[in-house]
Amino acid sequence: MPVVSMDAITKTFPGVVALDRVRLDLYPGQVTALVGENGAGKSTTVKVLTGIYQPDDGTIRVDGAPVRFANPNDAAAAGITAIHQETVLFDELCVAENIFIGHAPRTRFGLIDTAEMHRAARVLLDEIGAPFATTTLLRELGIASKHLVAIARALSVDARVVIMDEPTAALSHKEIEELYDLVETLKSQGKAILFISHKFDEIFRIADRFTVFRDGAFVADGLISDIDANTLVRMMVGRAVDQIYPPRTPDLGDTVLQVVGYAHPTEFADIGFTLRRGEILGFYGLIGAGRSEFMQALFGITRPTKGVCKIDGAIRIIRSPADAVANGIVYVPEDRGKQGAVIGLPIFQNITLPSLHRTSHAGFLRMAEEFKLAREYAQRLDLRAASLDLDVGNLSGGNQQKVVIAKWLATQPRVIILDEPTKGIDIGSKAAVHEFMAELAAQGLAVIMVSSEIPEVIGMSDRVIVMRDGRIAAELSGDDLTPETLVRHAAGIAAAPQLQGA
Amino acid sequence: MLRLIPLRETILFGAICLLLTLVATRFPGFVAPSNLARVFNDTAPLIILALGQMVVILTRCIDLSVAANLALTGMVVAMINVALPDLPVAAILVIAVVLGAALGAINGILVWKLSIPPIVVTLGTMTIFRGSIFLISDGTWVNSHEMTDAFTAFPRAVALGLPMLSWAAILTVIVFAVMMARTPLGRSIFAVGGNPHAAVYTGINVGKTQFLAFVISGALAGLAGYLWVARYAVAYVDIATGFELEVVAACVIGGISIAGGVGSVAGAVLGAIFLGVVKNALPVVDISPFWQLAISGSAILIAVSFNARAGRKKGRIILKSAGVR
Amino acid sequence: MMSEPVIRHIPDRLNSRAHRTVRSWETLLLAVAVAIFVVNSFASPYFLNAWNLSDATFNFTEKAMIAFAMALLIIAGEIDLSVASIIALASTAMGLAVQYGAGTPELVVIGLGVGLLCGAFNAVFVTVLGLPSIVVTIGTMSLFRGISYIILGDGAFNGYPPGFAWFGQGYIYWVFTVEMLFFVIIAVTFGVILHKTNFGRAVYAIGNNPTAALFSGLRVQRVKFILFLMTGLMSGFAAICLTSRLGSTRPSIAMGMELEVVTMVVLGGVSILGGSGSIPGVVIAAFVMGLVTFGLGLLNVPGIVMSIFIGALLIGVIALPRLVSMAAHRRRHG
Repeated sequence: MPVVSMDAITKTFPGVVALDRVRLDLYPGQVTALVGENGAGKSTTVKVLTGIYQPDDGTIRVDGAPVRFANPNDAAAAGITAIHQETVLFDELCVAENIFIGHAPRTRFGLIDTAEMHRAARVLLDEIGAPFATTTLLRELGIASKHLVAIARALSVDARVVIMDEPTAALSHKEIEELYDLVETLKSQGKAILFISHKFDEIFRIADRFTVFRDGAFVADGLISDIDANTLVRMMVGRAVDQIYPPRTPDLGDTVLQVVGYAHPTEFADIGFTLRRGEILGFYGLIGAGRSEFMQALFGITRPTKGVCKIDGAIRIIRSPADAVANGIVYVPEDRGKQGAVIGLPIFQNITLPSLHRTSHAGFLRMAEEFKLAREYAQRLDLRAASLDLDVGNLSGGNQQKVVIAKWLATQPRVIILDEPTKGIDIGSKAAVHEFMAELAAQGLAVIMVSSEIPEVIGMSDRVIVMRDGRIAAELSGDDLTPETLVRHAAGIAAAPQLQGA
Repeated sequence: MLRLIPLRETILFGAICLLLTLVATRFPGFVAPSNLARVFNDTAPLIILALGQMVVILTRCIDLSVAANLALTGMVVAMINVALPDLPVAAILVIAVVLGAALGAINGILVWKLSIPPIVVTLGTMTIFRGSIFLISDGTWVNSHEMTDAFTAFPRAVALGLPMLSWAAILTVIVFAVMMARTPLGRSIFAVGGNPHAAVYTGINVGKTQFLAFVISGALAGLAGYLWVARYAVAYVDIATGFELEVVAACVIGGISIAGGVGSVAGAVLGAIFLGVVKNALPVVDISPFWQLAISGSAILIAVSFNARAGRKKGRIILKSAGVR
Repeated sequence: MMSEPVIRHIPDRLNSRAHRTVRSWETLLLAVAVAIFVVNSFASPYFLNAWNLSDATFNFTEKAMIAFAMALLIIAGEIDLSVASIIALASTAMGLAVQYGAGTPELVVIGLGVGLLCGAFNAVFVTVLGLPSIVVTIGTMSLFRGISYIILGDGAFNGYPPGFAWFGQGYIYWVFTVEMLFFVIIAVTFGVILHKTNFGRAVYAIGNNPTAALFSGLRVQRVKFILFLMTGLMSGFAAICLTSRLGSTRPSIAMGMELEVVTMVVLGGVSILGGSGSIPGVVIAAFVMGLVTFGLGLLNVPGIVMSIFIGALLIGVIALPRLVSMAAHRRRHG
């Protein structure tokens, strides 16, 4: 008997049907994985269940009886809580307050009973094995600890349903294992868990049931034990997708980039490598290993305290992104929305932004030239948009990524750095991006790819540099490039009994 | 929540003490308790308004209409006093607070329901309120001889050694200290300013909280309005012109971050006291009062620079050698 | 995907230019301006008089000069509340120079120079120290005018050289004043900068997403620095015009003008949050504010009541589109 079910739920927004008569059942003591590509309706589902959105049609049932959540408070009162990818809690408040905000214990006079609040918080934290003090300010905690606070909050409202939305995105391997243990604890307490993840190994490790959505519609559900990864993918995508990476015959040219001794006081040290034309160099590591930080220093966003950068043999000082671009190094950031695309500006203006000196004349804009340049690269990347002067914010994640890549290709760079290029992109677009990367390399560009997905790193790279705790742990290629060696170096696990490296 | 030694506020307190010491070297009488009490009394309206502004700024808004609100409610209660001289002061107080709250509610509704940015709303209401004073008074003044004795005597009435004006400020400080630390509204004000996105998820209504912040700010402006006209025994169109900037300055100096979510009652009070001490000290040390504006401007710049440095996030610590994670 | 032979054709624009113009803020505002003009001409017989209208322009020309620079700054996501105080300081500096025998050319240099210096002062706090511009300029607003008070106390500077009066009191031809000419030149200049140059494009990009703009290779801090210099410079220029028109300087000169400038900018359709707005909009807003002020003045409405209209206009013009779309939304969803 499901604790919570969504029964023919429909939710529309202007121009978009986010959920189309979908069905979802959550059973007590079991983990249900909600599986689907980007745009399948997973985050809308979470918002409907937590009362942020109200469905336009259909019924939500709790213990079989229909309910209506007019606001998040109603959902919380029904015992539904959620833990999100980025913690939605308050950095400036302490742990105890974060756990109890909105439902703090009161004294006789209606004031908040702080002593009781801290006491109750301590009990909850001990239950889940969190070591930090209840008076700690949230901003002093790392992401894994923040998740624990979120879970403690879920326990504090005596949640019956715990929704976890990509909870392991920013966790280390050890922290992920701890999270799995926590999920088992919650299961044993009879809670129903909705687990949203796109990592199949996680899904098959932890879930009891699955539900698949595609383009806002219900596709299938059932027991995990009855299914395998390939079938799941097919249901998600609607077609069989082989995780085959484009075949490449690397034709390596001259050394285009040489990095020696890049260091930063707190983020990375001793980073050095060479890069040749036509090469795809992968950067693997755990979250927080320092890869993006280094790339941003290379691109001039931050300043390294030490380090030499040579481009085509000549030493170049890069102190700003403008310097980097002038020297042919471009960076496609991980956070598309905040760092990659200027939402608010139209597509064509996004594409021409770093190239205005070429399309303009004496500092004056020439629209015809801009449209021409934008058209050329939009077509090259097979961009899907109704027109070039649409706001780039109206595009899907995959198309926004194409705009960002188009923007940089238009500058005719020598080195292109891609930071998690296929993160949060559906499988179909992922393949397109991979093919495109291979094509870029074939055309003589040097490509650096930062990725945390092992199949992608192995499938696309000619060589892989593994970073750990801000330093280079290993450089792997050929037969050494296996999932085991990658993980070993990234996590600092020794292969055989011997002294562990730094 | 309760850090043992809040750094910002302590430094500000130290700066005030330093200032007092400097003044005392020239004019020891300045730091006599009776004089300090006088300075506090003089600063009381600023303290009251700064607390209201603090609440608004904490929720990521700003209220530039407080001075105009003060002036309008002041004029209204003065005119009521002239028309109904037998109305007790208690009733006048209630009317002032309610009227001020209503004016604040106008700001609040525009921000909450129409999502108009607060700076635009209060820029508009500032001139509307101020102009309305002219409309109701036809440009005439209400002078002290037109006001009843009870009306003007109240702020000056002494209880336990301090005038009622000072007590009004003290009471407001106590109420706000309790409210901000121990009521759900107070905590949700910090939450809304700190992370409005998250606040929604915890069931806090961001718009409504901001609306209440404006109502509170307006209510305090109303209270200060009565106290001001009663204490100075005059009401006219231009009272407290430009005062809204002093109020914001007091908050900024007191460490209330314009980005929202950060600040304290102690900070707002100390910021107001700092400005009050400066204002009262200048004539005493023979510095022309014309220096006051430049000094408070510099104080704002120094306070903001200092607070920003202190709150700056350090880069991520990744290297094991660089520190414990 | 890549192997598809068909090249997808994406049109440049979906809507024609005419379509886009008709549905814009500027058109709405222009309609408001025309409406006010018509109402005014019926309300007072003195309205449709060339010389009166010419006098009326002084209501907005100086504010508009600053508003154009302020518009760019606000579009880029910052604000400068110290502009009126920069006028005070520049005017005081000029007055001081006059006491030392300075002639008109020197006064112009000093006025503009002080404006630039104040702008640079603001710029350093915002771009180098990374502080929020609203509090920095609330601070410098007090500091700059405070310095004027220290220098001038409650006195005034007079005795400006006769040539100096040309700026604020001169006429180019018939009813057209020198200030009008400057207004047009400055409007066109800023219009071209914002809408037709790479710099203007950078302003929009930075206002919409300063992080992405930085990551795209734009020199964000340099652009903002220049924008503050521009508001400072324009304040200095406005100081020259205003001082020349009044013929004297007091520390309280232009008190409160910063809020009128911001009102003009926001009324002109520039979003206070940054990222959008246009110069034509600010031009029309300048006329709207001038017409309202002038028209009400002819009806002997006191200044302070006039500002009720301006305040109400500001809120009304922003609230109206939102009310309309909320009503439409409610109708659609029963």
